[in-house]
Amino acid sequence: MRIRNVSLFDVVNGVILVLVCAVVVYPLIFVLSASISNPSAVLSGNMWLWPVDITFYGYERVFSNSDILTGYTNTMIYTTVGTAVNVVMTVMAAYPLSLPSFKGRNVIMAAIVFTMFFSGGLIPTYMVVRDLGLTNTMWALILPNAVSVYNILVMRTYYQSSIPGEILEAAAIDGSSDFRTLTKIVLPLSGPILAVMVLFYAVGHWNAYFSALIYLTDRELYPLQLFMREILIQGQMEEMVNAADSSHNQTLLNEEAVKYAIIVVANLPILLLYPLLQKYFVKGVMIGAIKG
Amino acid sequence: MEQTNLPLRRRGLPRGSLVFGGFLKAVKSHWQLYLLIAPVLVYFIVFQYLPMYGVQIAFKDFIGSRGIWGSPWVDWKHFERFFESFFFERLLWNTISISFYELAVGFPIPILLALLVNEVRSNRFKRFVQTVTYAPHFLSTVVLVGMIIIFLSPATGFVNKFITLFGGEPIYFMTEPGWFKSIYIFSGVWQQMGWSSIIYLAALTGIDPHLHEAARVDGASRLRRIWHINLPGIRPTIMILLILNIGSLMSVGFEKVYLLQNSLNREVSDVFSTYVYRSGILGSQYSFSAAVGLFNSIVNFILLLTVNRIVRKLNQASLW
Repeated sequence: MRIRNVSLFDVVNGVILVLVCAVVVYPLIFVLSASISNPSAVLSGNMWLWPVDITFYGYERVFSNSDILTGYTNTMIYTTVGTAVNVVMTVMAAYPLSLPSFKGRNVIMAAIVFTMFFSGGLIPTYMVVRDLGLTNTMWALILPNAVSVYNILVMRTYYQSSIPGEILEAAAIDGSSDFRTLTKIVLPLSGPILAVMVLFYAVGHWNAYFSALIYLTDRELYPLQLFMREILIQGQMEEMVNAADSSHNQTLLNEEAVKYAIIVVANLPILLLYPLLQKYFVKGVMIGAIKG
Repeated sequence: MEQTNLPLRRRGLPRGSLVFGGFLKAVKSHWQLYLLIAPVLVYFIVFQYLPMYGVQIAFKDFIGSRGIWGSPWVDWKHFERFFESFFFERLLWNTISISFYELAVGFPIPILLALLVNEVRSNRFKRFVQTVTYAPHFLSTVVLVGMIIIFLSPATGFVNKFITLFGGEPIYFMTEPGWFKSIYIFSGVWQQMGWSSIIYLAALTGIDPHLHEAARVDGASRLRRIWHINLPGIRPTIMILLILNIGSLMSVGFEKVYLLQNSLNREVSDVFSTYVYRSGILGSQYSFSAAVGLFNSIVNFILLLTVNRIVRKLNQASLW
């Protein structure tokens, strides 16, 4: 695009968008800076944008805390297993549903899509999960959310629009079974959409807390988000801060440092993956939008 | 479209047997597809349709030892108790007022943002704005609420530091009931406006550039072109999202409300989902809570159908 005559409109538009960006990014920079600043500077308001009096105390406390390490490990396991189950299930649903030769697909589609708009609700679902003996196991976080209807729709749209029917027909004429067609033709062609799915599901698992809140009572199984809830929201920090050297003031300072550090640590994978995430997530939303 | 066995039908076979015979043949030649989708169907039956069957406990007094089936029917007892309870009006009002507030503020802002971003001529600046505004979408609800609580703290949060800097009194945002809804809505705008604008940006790229060309020749200003070309161009997208939003007017999500909730703001922050959680999961009143949840789902479902029908009558885009 050529930028020859910058009009008043462009200037006003630019100013508005810069302001929007500033509002969005300020809290994020604040957290990053506060996590490596001297907590007393943060509390007194001396640190307002860039780090002041750099210290890594908060991070030391976070990484030496057994709860957080347990939570981190659990979350990594849940995210890996959960995402694997999700993606496999999504393909197993979307591939047959994308094929015209799959008789009964309209009925199945309708039954699946209906669950997007109506559900039994929290309590009956909870009772099913409990009766299956899944409470206080990691499967309570994975099986009840084994697949997302929305993602099935996105995947199906992708198959229908991006994989030419002629290829599939040719494969069928050559005597390729449906399995073979899936593994040898469809999957190799669906790299980008699989990346979208992996990221969609993985971010969901990483950030989820609701299933864990209702199905888990054993602290050893808690995901990171539940421990974070205790630290950030319920303020249960007693064991995190060193009680020995504490006047009340010191305790307050330590709590503050830990809070910012834990936010950064919890979002580290997302921060590192952000360029990837952005690219593929936007693609996913676009494909979803075609379907409407 | 699906192949129909036209020649067979011409032979005058009854339609039912033909469909069934065709189906059996399809299953035989494509059994692998049915095998593939079987686990998915099991999932939907167990975790979606079994709970729909189990929702009958809303009309029963659930007794653990007798199971869902064996518990005695009580008709509308739980619904009546709920409608007559002090909570009903409060939950209804909170849920609806939060939804409308969100619709009024949270719905137009992403559209506006998309229209503005679409006008940016420098691709680098455009990408920069998008990268920044999409970022908060990836924060978890726990982190978002944690940040809200830290930033709004009366003594140490930067928002109140700012207020006192200009001579104001610190505001107790989290415990003052009057602030709850605004905090809920505007933190949502902060987190989601960029992300929600993607879909409109996508729709904007689909607008025929010739329209703009022609309008420019006719001397239309940028603002006029946005108003008369871009906005109508994305109207179908706007309508679909509006339907979805109105269809969920009665469902305020659990996750964020629950975390923002405390005993001091509960009178304005209690919604159906948090109430069901409290009385059902924490209080073990399964039948009663299932009734509350069912009432909520049904109202939602009816809303969605109604709005979709109205919009279709008005000859706009519709969901189905």
